[in-house]
Amino acid sequence: MMAGGTASGNANGHFITIEHLVKTYILGEVEVHALRGVTLSISQGEFVAIMGASGSGKSTFMNILGCLDKPTRGTYHLEDIDVGQLSRNDLARIRNRKIGFVFQGFNLLSRTTAIENVELPLLYGPSTNKERVQRAREALNLVGLADRAHHHPSQLSGGQQQRVAIARALVNAPRIVLADEPTGNLDSRTSVEVMEVFQQLNENGITIILVTHESDIAEFAKRQIVFRDGKIRSDKQVTARRWAADVIKQMPLLEDDDEDAA
Amino acid sequence: MKVLNTVLSAFRALKRNKMRSFLTMLGIIIGVSAVIVMLAIGQGAKFSVEQQINALGTNVLIVLPGSQQQGGIRMGAGSMTTLSEDDAFAIQKECPAVALVSPGTRGGGQVIAGSQNWATGVEGTGIDYLEIRKWSVEYGEFYTEQDIRSAAKVCVLGKTVADNLFPDASPVGQTIRIRSVPFKVVGVLKAKGQNAMGQDQDDLILAPYTTVARRLSWWPNLRQILVSATSSSGIAAAQNQITELLRMRHKIAPYDADDFTIRNQADLATAATATTDILTYLLASVAGVSLLVGGIGIMNIMLVSVTERTREIGIRMSVGARSRDILTQFLIEALVLSLLGGTTGIILGIVGSRVITGIVNWPTIISVFSILLAFGFSIGIGIFFGFYPARKAALLNPIDALRYE
Ligand SMILES: Nc1ncnc2c1ncn2[C@@H]1O[C@H](COP(=O)(O)OP(=O)(O)O)[C@@H](O)[C@H]1O
Ligand SMILES: [Mg+2]
Repeated sequence: MMAGGTASGNANGHFITIEHLVKTYILGEVEVHALRGVTLSISQGEFVAIMGASGSGKSTFMNILGCLDKPTRGTYHLEDIDVGQLSRNDLARIRNRKIGFVFQGFNLLSRTTAIENVELPLLYGPSTNKERVQRAREALNLVGLADRAHHHPSQLSGGQQQRVAIARALVNAPRIVLADEPTGNLDSRTSVEVMEVFQQLNENGITIILVTHESDIAEFAKRQIVFRDGKIRSDKQVTARRWAADVIKQMPLLEDDDEDAA
Repeated sequence: MKVLNTVLSAFRALKRNKMRSFLTMLGIIIGVSAVIVMLAIGQGAKFSVEQQINALGTNVLIVLPGSQQQGGIRMGAGSMTTLSEDDAFAIQKECPAVALVSPGTRGGGQVIAGSQNWATGVEGTGIDYLEIRKWSVEYGEFYTEQDIRSAAKVCVLGKTVADNLFPDASPVGQTIRIRSVPFKVVGVLKAKGQNAMGQDQDDLILAPYTTVARRLSWWPNLRQILVSATSSSGIAAAQNQITELLRMRHKIAPYDADDFTIRNQADLATAATATTDILTYLLASVAGVSLLVGGIGIMNIMLVSVTERTREIGIRMSVGARSRDILTQFLIEALVLSLLGGTTGIILGIVGSRVITGIVNWPTIISVFSILLAFGFSIGIGIFFGFYPARKAALLNPIDALRYE
């Protein structure tokens, strides 16, 4: 079972505390040092953008944060829980209840509808069928896709698919949303729209950690961390934070393929 | 994850790959229906053998010459001489549990009546044969005590023989030649029809055992003595009394074996059903092999499906599916496949059994047992062959499953 978490955070007041995190992949004879000792803490309600060159260890870091992967060394506390001590089942439970994960490649089940995709996390929780459909609808509503509930991913544009994925990440009311290059496959306007959703969520108190390698996307966050060679190179607050909602208003309306996608 | 939801999504997953699901099920369908049909044929055969034995009369004993050796009759030197007419008379006279006795001989060969001829068996009987066998004469009458005593050349025809030798006229009063010996037909037996095995019970001629022994058989002694006990509960007593009597009459020393064999219904039934049981199990195990092959088909498809859907598994795990959920999902898919196939196979097996009965006239019996067996087998196969692929899926690491291309 999970250590009984008082939802308030760590003893030091942090939501996430990471110490000396190391991840080493062994490929035959070669050792790949993806993370070489990352120490970091994040408080509740933060909006962190993680940047860095390709191969600098961002995804590895996010996967460990998302309880999808385990570090080689180092500790990870989420609230009061020492994640390293948890069993497979407990990790699944954390992924289900506390974390929403958004991937660059959307990772939707291709042959099920948008709403079924959003319902997926609820299938592995205690909710009834009725609750499940209702909450999935609400989540789709939140990302502005209520009218596409019964479309299959292939019938949606990239931006819409990513919004379905975000709805899926939100549906279980997680404390934290992790997004690994959520705008990586999207055009700039759609990217900003997706960032608007994240900013709204963050305003509602959800902690957001987002990987991007576009600095203008990182400016929508509150805090910016740069990785290099598996280590943190810089960690600073965003000085000129931008609001996605404002940016969209100033953007020229090109073809709005987003809405017309078959 | 609730079972009903899992079952529904299993149906959806299988529907997405209709052709493949169908081909997978085909193995189970064929296996299960084969098991059902084979068991139905086996049990039908068993039933008809039992019926046939019962048709003999429930309190009938047959005394045969020769000693019994491990279930069979040993035809040892001189042993065939052991049953005489006097033995039969003595049984009739001295065994209180015996009601009726009919000494039996046997002959046979080509039978000619005018321009017609027919090959059949001739049963030499005593006067009480019909009563013991619960049979009767339809036209004319049975031969008399006097006919038996005098070894008269008279006979009674079975319906089939009568129809074939005398297609147009009444046989009663006519003369036929059996192996060139002229016999006068005094009666025609009531038709018994086919027995449950499809043998014609009316294809025979009855004649006094004395006549058959003298004229048609090279064998002067009795081939059997047909005995009826006073009641079916008196069978054991009758058997003991006959044994004691015959041992005394044949002067058999206390520790020597009998030189005769008494068979009763139960013995016949046991021997016959043992044979049909073997037949049933043989047939069923052949069918079982095809069921096994069907199961391997399921495993194969489930393995392919696990590999193909590794990313799906990863996605499910990333949103909180536990190993157990994934295991259940794939197990239930395998179960749904095998149960669908099993149910279809059961229906097909029942229809197939009917068709076989309809076309080749084999008796078939579908028992609840065979349906339960087939059903149980399908479930077992689903679980057994679904488990390995399901476990393989469940033990994947979330991140590895997600990264899988
Ligand atoms: N599964 C893996 N096996 C071996 N090496 C890996 C694996 N995943 C990532 N790496 C390596 O670890 C390093 C960091 O990768 P990653 O975290 O994906 O970087 P980023 O997301 O910042 O581009 C890279 O050198 C990459 O090749
Ligand atoms: Mg990456």
